[in-house]
Amino acid sequence: MNIFRVSENTVIILFDQVIDADNFSVIKQCVHNIKTSVNDKWIADIIISYASIHITFNLLAVSGIDFTRALKLALLLSNGNNANNDNAEKAESDQCSPSNTIEIPVYYGEEVALDLAHVANNANLTKEEVIAIHTSQIYDVYAIGFAPGFAYLGNVDTRIATARKPTPRQKVARGSVGIADQQTAIYPSESPGGWQIIGRTPIQLIDYNSANLTQFTAGDKVNFTAMSQAEYLQMGGEL
Amino acid sequence: MSLQVIKSGFLSLVQDYGRYGFQSIGVTNGGPLDEHAFLWANRLLGNDYNAPQIEVSYGAFSATFLDSTMMAICGADLSATVNDLAIKPWQSYTVHAGDTISFKAPVTGLRCYLAVKGGFTVAPKLGSCATVAREKLGGITQDGEKLVEGNLVKYFPQPHELTKRVPSTFVPSHSSEPQSSESTSQYPKKINLRFIPNTSVTSAGEAALNTFTQYPYKVTPHIDRMGYRLSGAVINTPLAGIISQGISLGSIQVPKDGQPIVLMRDRQTMGGYPLLGCIAYVDLAKFSQSLPGTELSFTPISVEAAEAELIVHKRFFGVAH
Repeated sequence: MNIFRVSENTVIILFDQVIDADNFSVIKQCVHNIKTSVNDKWIADIIISYASIHITFNLLAVSGIDFTRALKLALLLSNGNNANNDNAEKAESDQCSPSNTIEIPVYYGEEVALDLAHVANNANLTKEEVIAIHTSQIYDVYAIGFAPGFAYLGNVDTRIATARKPTPRQKVARGSVGIADQQTAIYPSESPGGWQIIGRTPIQLIDYNSANLTQFTAGDKVNFTAMSQAEYLQMGGEL
Repeated sequence: MSLQVIKSGFLSLVQDYGRYGFQSIGVTNGGPLDEHAFLWANRLLGNDYNAPQIEVSYGAFSATFLDSTMMAICGADLSATVNDLAIKPWQSYTVHAGDTISFKAPVTGLRCYLAVKGGFTVAPKLGSCATVAREKLGGITQDGEKLVEGNLVKYFPQPHELTKRVPSTFVPSHSSEPQSSESTSQYPKKINLRFIPNTSVTSAGEAALNTFTQYPYKVTPHIDRMGYRLSGAVINTPLAGIISQGISLGSIQVPKDGQPIVLMRDRQTMGGYPLLGCIAYVDLAKFSQSLPGTELSFTPISVEAAEAELIVHKRFFGVAH
């Protein structure tokens, strides 16, 4: 990993430029070490992504040089932890950066799963098989961006990975669950979008009036469970 | 106790210094595109740096003060009037109950800031009242709506004070010489912008940087609060894209067509295009005022030099972070 000054008050830590769970667990460890060892008054904003950590620092509280040095020290701690691959070390490091696993119920019915048939055809599977595969995995929340609360989850099983739609939809309904290549995501609010929509959740993903604001943050884990139409409607889902 | 909007204009938005600390959930900063003008308007009135103002883009905005106060306008010359008498930007003025301020059309620049003493009273959402329509955040309705006819933007009435004017050295002008007489803003048709080059693996590359610094670029009509698209010599980069990462204010992206985009206050928090670098923060003010067709040249600056300038800028205006 390397630290780069991007602008006067931002830096980016770049890791191996690959999208996979192992690389991301290193990133999570680094975030944890930064949050615990760097003065939190120095940090204004953090954007965690698949292969990078972007940080805005308060340049009236700390100079770029001193901030970068503090980050280097924090990252040395992370290197130390990852040098040992035995299970005991791994368990310990998992303990310092626990991940929440959030269960998201999804209604995969055809009224809302606009592209489920396409994904199934494309994969040579039945719709039921696609649903079974989509719900069988625990996904990493790699990043939140594009729109407030929009979480990029991965990696989707290669059997159901499907390219984006050639022409994006003007409107994708709030709560829609989509697939784009090996990523899956939930649209937190109605917006344009080109992901293949395979279901919809009644869960509200972002609420500016709640204390938590979002259901999850980058570094958490998510799994999907299938729900019936009746359950979906009961939880306030719309068709 | 309010400013009543008579004509909404093209895009008139409540803005404070911006929304910070929520990029981790994908919420952008918002805030004034021309921070220099915004901060001067608050300073002329003795306001806190963060006091909410109205950012009037392109003009066609008018509003009536329902109570007396001191107000200031800074930034673009949008041929402003109070009760049909012309007023110039970069000054404070006394206004009385019933006075109507109007912004017609741009003479120079694009965005003018209207501030009142004490700031407009607007409830914050996620720590800020900066209006970001896409995110449904900020503004007087707190849901990202721009100002419309009939809106009442609250403020506390204030007694008359001596009016003040921004020293001419701080008013944008064609030349480096300070303006001698009545100050109005002049935004040149050709400007140089300094940028901090990207030296990482996400860089568009050496050849791309050479093209970018050797040829002139123009501001296109595709400019908004998210980003300004430029046109000029095609920038070729060996990278088709990068793994999406957090994006800084002023980042210069190179999309597939080789025409750069500079990302502004309402940018998405993440992006996946190769990056040439980042425009120096203090240069974004004049850049944000540049009309389509403005010719741009780009010069590299070291991050340390740019950082020193930004610290001076923030300390001068009493910005807290």
